[in-house]
Amino acid sequence: MAQEYKLILKHADEPGYTPDIECYLRHGGYDALKKALAIQPKDLADGKKLSGPEQIREDVKVSGLRGRGGAGFSCGLKWSFVDRKSGKPIYLICNADESEPGTFKDRQIMHKDPHQLIEGMIISCFANDVKLAYIYIRGEMPEGAKILNRAIKEAHAKNFLGKNILGSGYDLEIYVHRGAGAYICGEETGLIESLEGKRPYPRIKPPYFPAVLGLWMCPTIVNNVETLCNVKHIVAMGGAEFAKLGTPNNTGTRIVSLSGHVKRPGYYEIEVGKATLRELLYDKNFGGGLRDGRQLKAIIPGGSSSKILKAGEKFKLKKKDAEGKDILVETDMLDLPYDFDSLAQAGTMSGSSAIIVMDDSVDIVKALANLSEFYAHESCGQCTPCREGSLWMSKTLHRLTHGEGRAADADYLGKIADNIPGGRTICAFGEACSWPVQSFVAKFKDEFVAKGAADEARRAKEISAPADAEQKQLEAAHH
Amino acid sequence: MSFQATPELEAEVNELISHYPVKRAASLMVLHAIQEKHGWISSEAVQWTARKLELQPINVFEILTFYPMLRQEPQGRYAIKVCRTLSCALGGAYELHHHFCDKLGLDVHKHGPQTTKDGKFTVEFVECLASCGTAPVMMVGDNFYEGVSHAKADEIVGGCK
Repeated sequence: MAQEYKLILKHADEPGYTPDIECYLRHGGYDALKKALAIQPKDLADGKKLSGPEQIREDVKVSGLRGRGGAGFSCGLKWSFVDRKSGKPIYLICNADESEPGTFKDRQIMHKDPHQLIEGMIISCFANDVKLAYIYIRGEMPEGAKILNRAIKEAHAKNFLGKNILGSGYDLEIYVHRGAGAYICGEETGLIESLEGKRPYPRIKPPYFPAVLGLWMCPTIVNNVETLCNVKHIVAMGGAEFAKLGTPNNTGTRIVSLSGHVKRPGYYEIEVGKATLRELLYDKNFGGGLRDGRQLKAIIPGGSSSKILKAGEKFKLKKKDAEGKDILVETDMLDLPYDFDSLAQAGTMSGSSAIIVMDDSVDIVKALANLSEFYAHESCGQCTPCREGSLWMSKTLHRLTHGEGRAADADYLGKIADNIPGGRTICAFGEACSWPVQSFVAKFKDEFVAKGAADEARRAKEISAPADAEQKQLEAAHH
Repeated sequence: MSFQATPELEAEVNELISHYPVKRAASLMVLHAIQEKHGWISSEAVQWTARKLELQPINVFEILTFYPMLRQEPQGRYAIKVCRTLSCALGGAYELHHHFCDKLGLDVHKHGPQTTKDGKFTVEFVECLASCGTAPVMMVGDNFYEGVSHAKADEIVGGCK
């Protein structure tokens, strides 16, 4: 049976574990930082020397760590893109703008174990020669911002931050920067614009890759909260050891946010790919199954932007047979291992590892209307296809859920959604707002058509009914 | 009504500015600081911020008009934000919002901010508050509430003196 594996959340929920530095130190806190600072230059066979920071960067590559924010991009690779020859300062920003609907994992880390994030950040900054870093936390987490500020102050007092950290000659400052309720700030270039004090309009890539032209046009690393925490563990246990956790190309652990219609919604840390969706939904140590008497209708597997999976859907999953040959195995959606690659093979994504479960009580049209309202509200408005398209989709779904639908609305929605993504917009928000619409409508088309058709039929009746009533009124007045 | 920055606010803002190599970057944090003390951001406050950060007022104003959390007009003493997005909706967020509006005499269909006549409460639907596992969730000011039943909602309103 699949089990939780607590690496990041090892202590967070232990009774008596508090977010202050003394408690963190009692649990081996900042030992990984001390280890990182003490790494001696290594001589290579070709006579070159590998500095401590370079060795950490190599180790992060070896670990196979992939970004925990949504895109699942290799962290080591992201770091390797940083322009280190520009002569400009390099900045690091922790993306703590956790706002993908369904996701609530970073909140747990920041509230319950803030020093783990601070330590992960300090090590990541040291590894990348960063002297100034920011935590961009969403505005709706004022408590989290306070906790982080307190943690930074405590770390300063112990000289884990500031000048000449622990006598290493390395200086670093970290500041907390609060957002103010805009989802688009989770997009890394939008986040950078926001931090610069502007509207968070995402920048076009190329040329504005953060690794080259980021914050104040300087090389910048933007990493998610959980990703940065993982760096601490990679240094503590070594990249090769870290890579043994999880499954090949899907290493380490992930904190899965489980919400919606399960008996035990919550956050569960697992080795990546070591639990299936079925286990996450139904096992008693995870979701504990659906509410009594209910059947599964669908799940959104990786935050609201990921494509929906319909109960009973089957996918051909690439696997290796006994002789190591690639074979395709038919797999029910519930038997997909919860990792980056399996969900990508099923045409969706594990995204921010947030699963929203919907049982058969859910009106799927209403559910999509809810999400589309979110995207229409959150589009930054910069690119026409996204600004107009997200609003059209939301308006169409609004009429479908308010008795004004048409049978043709399903096709109409599909057409709008198909014309937003695919390089027509500056950032991936175009994709994010289209994928739910495309997948909901494709997989539940009957329900969309039926709803629109029922509205049309009802309206046709209503149009004739008032005319009759009016006639009767006139007749009554004449008598 | 003119905007008066207290010495405390001045000091806080100066500290915030010191966090960034470019003054403009402090804009959002400065507006947060002003809103925390005054409840909203007036056009005088925008002008003051612009002077402080060596910007044109439009640079500050365009931020104020973009971010949903920033207010251009006074709001109720207690700002109730009910999460609207899918997981919370599945957990009864619409019913909860309806309940608040009903109880406080506000339009149940309106999603944006609405303030009671006595200026005590502002109720609004907001997008995902990132606590989907404990739906429905809400905030009153900086305080966060999870798994809010209608009885708990009444208790929360009752606790707002």
